[in-house]
Amino acid sequence: MGAELGKYKSCVSARSTDKEILRHAQDGGIVTQLFGFALDEGIIDGAIVAATKEFAHKHPSKAMVDNSNMEFHEPWRPIPVVVTTKADLLAAAGTKYNISPNMSLIKEATRSFGLDKIGIVGTPCQMQGLRKGQLYPIGLRDVGASIALAVGIFCMENFPYQSILQLVEDHAAMKMESVKKMEIGKGKFWVYGKRGQIVQLPLKVTHKYEQPGCHVCLDYVANLGDISTGSVGSPDGWSTVFVRSKIGDSVWGKAMAAGCFETQPIEKVKPGLELVSKLANEKITKNKATVEARKTFGVGKGLRNPYI
Amino acid sequence: MADKITVGYTHLSGCTGCTVALADNYGGLLTLLDKYVDLKYMPTLADARHIQQVDVSFVEGSVCINDKLAVAEIKETREKSTVVVALGGCACYGNITRFSRGGQQNQPAHEAFLPIGDLIKVDVYIPGCAPTPQMIRNVAVMAYLLLKGTKEQKDLATAFLKPLMMAAQRGTTACFCDLMTDVINQGLCMGCGSCAAACPVRAITHEYGKPQGVRDLCIKCGACYNQCPRSWFSFDVVENYEAINEAIMAALQ
Repeated sequence: MGAELGKYKSCVSARSTDKEILRHAQDGGIVTQLFGFALDEGIIDGAIVAATKEFAHKHPSKAMVDNSNMEFHEPWRPIPVVVTTKADLLAAAGTKYNISPNMSLIKEATRSFGLDKIGIVGTPCQMQGLRKGQLYPIGLRDVGASIALAVGIFCMENFPYQSILQLVEDHAAMKMESVKKMEIGKGKFWVYGKRGQIVQLPLKVTHKYEQPGCHVCLDYVANLGDISTGSVGSPDGWSTVFVRSKIGDSVWGKAMAAGCFETQPIEKVKPGLELVSKLANEKITKNKATVEARKTFGVGKGLRNPYI
Repeated sequence: MADKITVGYTHLSGCTGCTVALADNYGGLLTLLDKYVDLKYMPTLADARHIQQVDVSFVEGSVCINDKLAVAEIKETREKSTVVVALGGCACYGNITRFSRGGQQNQPAHEAFLPIGDLIKVDVYIPGCAPTPQMIRNVAVMAYLLLKGTKEQKDLATAFLKPLMMAAQRGTTACFCDLMTDVINQGLCMGCGSCAAACPVRAITHEYGKPQGVRDLCIKCGACYNQCPRSWFSFDVVENYEAINEAIMAALQ
């Protein structure tokens, strides 16, 4: 286990001690609990999270500008929002498995939302955009120093909304509004219905629906988050947590002292870091090959490589 | 302090917003001037205005090719500077001056404006309208380390400045269309949202997680393209964001 897991100060398996959060959460409720705690403690003034379109429709002042027809019902479509209360955090909890451009609010959060200390959750690529924006703030005036807590989430790939629609309605034969939860785990894409029905799709079905931009991504465990988390490596209902930066270390220490989380040593849980490492290496190896293949994509001409 | 770098500031057809952004470093600007930079000439902020021999020149604004003085000044800037930095959207990409059709008093014949890279070789780009105080600060500190630092600091500064040097080599146009041609059409966009956040005129929204630009609003500043983590991205630099941020802040203490 090496570079594929990024730099980190500590790693544990954890879950929130708040039962209400766990009822809404995807796994161990790490992101919701961390932001809830950070809001209570004044570590952040608000957080950029992926809420649903229904939430954005109901609270337009909290959401990113979106030209979609808000009257048109689209369950499971995420819209980035700025939230400042635990109730709103709970409303946005859980993974949507399609694209929420959370970085689009990073400047506006410091402007019309008036935040001095921003929390943001995002995929590894969004953490890359965030850190690039701190070092090279080309269009992000006075934003960098306001980033108070960035939580990264593990990510193998993401899907366009229409892909999720097709997977759920065509392949899983379920209505989007009747879905209670979606999950990728144990080599399958799981769709849980509100009436208790469960459909599983093999990942070989889902591959062709993946967002193509994900196939050049070389980060699985959000190496650039202050803290990064995901289900892989931990038992059901728990999350694996990497504490990476000084900010992350400080916030995690305070949250632990306040009793926000119960934890188990990552070495003691199954399947443990070995699986995280295996999946990280699989992603990185596969996508490095894609980056390489792009060089000779045409005849004497290749595709662009973003990495310097 | 003998070890300062000499810096000049050439002001062509720009709105002084870049100058204001530089000044908006407040105390940081004073520290820069105190410890690292000997400002040889600069309209607005210094008494000396005429171009002199310097290590680094910052150029604000595009060049009006109908104005003999402007053309002479950009050439002289190149001849007398080791490093030329195009500061802001106009110097890098033409920006709002691309839309000029002339006819303005008191020089109605001044109608054609070019980014400086169309007339001289440019070494480093700082895009954006206006460029941010923090970006100018970061580049200024890195330029100092490149010229006066230890071996290790020189390596860091080289790695940091490399993407901005590559941006200068890439060309003199960048607008929302570059996001389309070089990121989205190339299959690289993953919908992070950085472009929309960077746009100074709110021309970019996201539809189903992908950027859409109102191209009539776009002023061609290049902020969206250069802010995008899939236009250029250096793991060597960004993975050390924490240490680099700390080093820059420490340099300005």
